[in-house]
Amino acid sequence: MLTNEIIKQKLTEKFGEQLTDWQEPYGMLTFTAVKEINLKVLQFLFDDAEFKFNFLTDLQAVHYPDNKGAELAVVYHLHNWTDNVRIRFKVYADINQPDVYSATALYQSANFMERETYDFYGVNFVGHPNLIRILNVDEMDYFPMRKEFPLEDQTRIDKDDDMFGR
Amino acid sequence: MQNEQIEIMSDHILLPEGSIEKQTTTLNLGPTHPATHGVFQNILELDGERIMKATSTVGYIHRAFEKIAERRNLYQITPLTDRLNYCSSPLNNIGWHLTCEKLLGVSTPKRVDYLRIIIMELARISDHLICNSIVGVDSGAYSGFLYVMQFRELIYEIYEEICGSRLTTNIGRIGGFERNFTNAAFEKLEKFLDEKSGYPAQLKEFENLFARNRIFMDRTIGCGPITAERAMNYGFTGPNLRAAGVDYDVRVHTPYSSYQDFDFTVPVGTTGDCYDRFLVRNQEMWQSLSILRQAYQKVQEFKGAEAEVYHADVPAYYLPEKKDVYTKMEALIYHFKIIMGETAMPAGEVYHSIEGANGELGYYLISDGGRTPYRLHFRRPCFIYYQAYPELIEGGMLSDAVITMSSLNLIAGELDA
Repeated sequence: MLTNEIIKQKLTEKFGEQLTDWQEPYGMLTFTAVKEINLKVLQFLFDDAEFKFNFLTDLQAVHYPDNKGAELAVVYHLHNWTDNVRIRFKVYADINQPDVYSATALYQSANFMERETYDFYGVNFVGHPNLIRILNVDEMDYFPMRKEFPLEDQTRIDKDDDMFGR
Repeated sequence: MQNEQIEIMSDHILLPEGSIEKQTTTLNLGPTHPATHGVFQNILELDGERIMKATSTVGYIHRAFEKIAERRNLYQITPLTDRLNYCSSPLNNIGWHLTCEKLLGVSTPKRVDYLRIIIMELARISDHLICNSIVGVDSGAYSGFLYVMQFRELIYEIYEEICGSRLTTNIGRIGGFERNFTNAAFEKLEKFLDEKSGYPAQLKEFENLFARNRIFMDRTIGCGPITAERAMNYGFTGPNLRAAGVDYDVRVHTPYSSYQDFDFTVPVGTTGDCYDRFLVRNQEMWQSLSILRQAYQKVQEFKGAEAEVYHADVPAYYLPEKKDVYTKMEALIYHFKIIMGETAMPAGEVYHSIEGANGELGYYLISDGGRTPYRLHFRRPCFIYYQAYPELIEGGMLSDAVITMSSLNLIAGELDA
């Protein structure tokens, strides 16, 4: 039976210091990888006879503007259907040069998900066959889900955070 | 945009020597075409009626739900989830509530779980019956659609008894339901489950019209097939994956809302073509009916005070009763804090998924301890499996593309979020 401890031990043996920030929020093993090795981690998790993480459940990005030098996090959710174990891992990229290797060669399903992530956060997936906007209009020249684009007009003063709980 | 469009459209493929035409014809299937049942654009390169190349474009009804959700309190996000898969909005609502409950660490009473299962299975039936009858319409058999439609109406009436609305339901609250189910709701459920005059009899008739119908079989067998490996690689989940022969069902793999208390089977197909997808959905409706009967029986076993339980005790997120708001200080404070959105949620990172009508419907919620999510991502099954559509239809006939699309059950709202 595959448990979080076994996964952690085996991954640490393989990648050592390149994997950090081990957590288990709500039971799901979560770790951070150096962004250059994201494909190696995915491939290892896919190929290993014990791991068999061969389903990419979800892929998305998160923007942390205060995390200087590593503002964009790309989050992968993987699922092993044989043992029914899910894991999550993240890679952080600099917002000024957000290059992350594309997982499309391994997972066809990453195609649209990476395009969506590019569309909203501007993560440049290196090696993606067709990295163009998917949900937004083609002429858009910014990445709307980044935190510098507030949803509401920031010049309004009648909607005060303390009073309106936003 | 304009130039680019023209460029794509002039991307003809030269046909071999001896063909009637020199090059392929371009056909725009959609964005608004009666055969696509939603806003989808597919640019097809046709050799006669055979599709040589397909390019799909999505995003026509993108409404930025993930961005909006970053400025909304948890309970204000429920109406956004309605509009994902609008054929089965209660599933989306309840999936969202389950995610919130996971973040907040709320455990719900058994009766709430069973009531939720009743609603979720009704929603699954209403989604599958639309999909299957639309496959019928697209293959030229209109009447089946009209037969089952009256029962979707009955399902909507049940929703109406519970939450007051029909299509975009906003059903339930964090912790349970806004009110107990009325007797009228249970009566309508009984009417729906009735063996002689209810949905089982109608589904049987519908099945008789299609399942072994020679014309329908010739039309759908071998149309838009996909192997299990390709389906997994393309991120298929739900009935479309099971039609390809993989028995992955979130209700069984990671039971939520007490699905482990129920006895049901997971139907699987073999070839992953339109006919198998039809049969899997059809069989799932029978399984849902069985789950519904079991859940209704379990709900009836609660007597006295237990039969009045319809929500968990989460005062910080569940609105108190209006009469308490007027008479009790504590209730007034909670009411005010909930309505004004002043409740800070615990910091955390949670992924929760349910078996939606189209597959694994996931919610990835990151909270930084504020009053609104820091990041919310919807894993929409449609969006992920729609990538396979060009591969499924290339090499087939134009008319097969239409029924492949309807048998995949693509819902524009879920695709674009």
